Amino acid sequence: MPMPAAQIEAMIKAALPDAVVTLTDLAGDDDHWAAHVVSAAFVGKPRVAQHKLVYAALGGRMGGELHALQLTTGVPT
Amino acid sequence: MTDTNSRIAEIVASNDVVLFMKGTPLFPQCGFSSRAVAILEHLGVAYDSVDVLQDMEVRQGIKSFSDWPTIPQLYVKGEFVGGSDIMMEMYEAGELQQLMADSGLTPAS
Repeated sequence: MPMPAAQIEAMIKAALPDAVVTLTDLAGDDDHWAAHVVSAAFVGKPRVAQHKLVYAALGGRMGGELHALQLTTGVPT
Repeated sequence: MTDTNSRIAEIVASNDVVLFMKGTPLFPQCGFSSRAVAILEHLGVAYDSVDVLQDMEVRQGIKSFSDWPTIPQLYVKGEFVGGSDIMMEMYEAGELQQLMADSGLTPAS
């Protein structure tokens, strides 16, 4: 099931209100996304913990509905 | 479940570098697994792989073992490092090379 960008972004922002989310549709099919998420919540956390925050925001859809989400994270500069 | 957990723990403990993936290094069955293999090949370190498509228990169990929702998953010296995105970020930053060196794992000649 494809998931539109707006829905992905809304879920991430619901959990990480300051997040700046950049989504790239990798295959043009609304289903293969690359997300870059920048949030102050990531400061001082290892990458695994940063990604887990985003996965938690997506509420268990990662690996299921959202098979192909390429994720990178960053902290505000 | 507990059996699967201890089986995974055993695999992770007995291999310095192990990649849980879909398919095999020669025939990866998913783009993310393929990317993870390519990174490890670039690093040139010896690694083992587990094809989760051949083992449904491990396929599900590994996700709770690491509290990580997706496959592939890389473990170095018993520690969960991350999935393919983190591997790529670390590789590009030189951190994966450093981790291998710090773990005493050098490229096979």
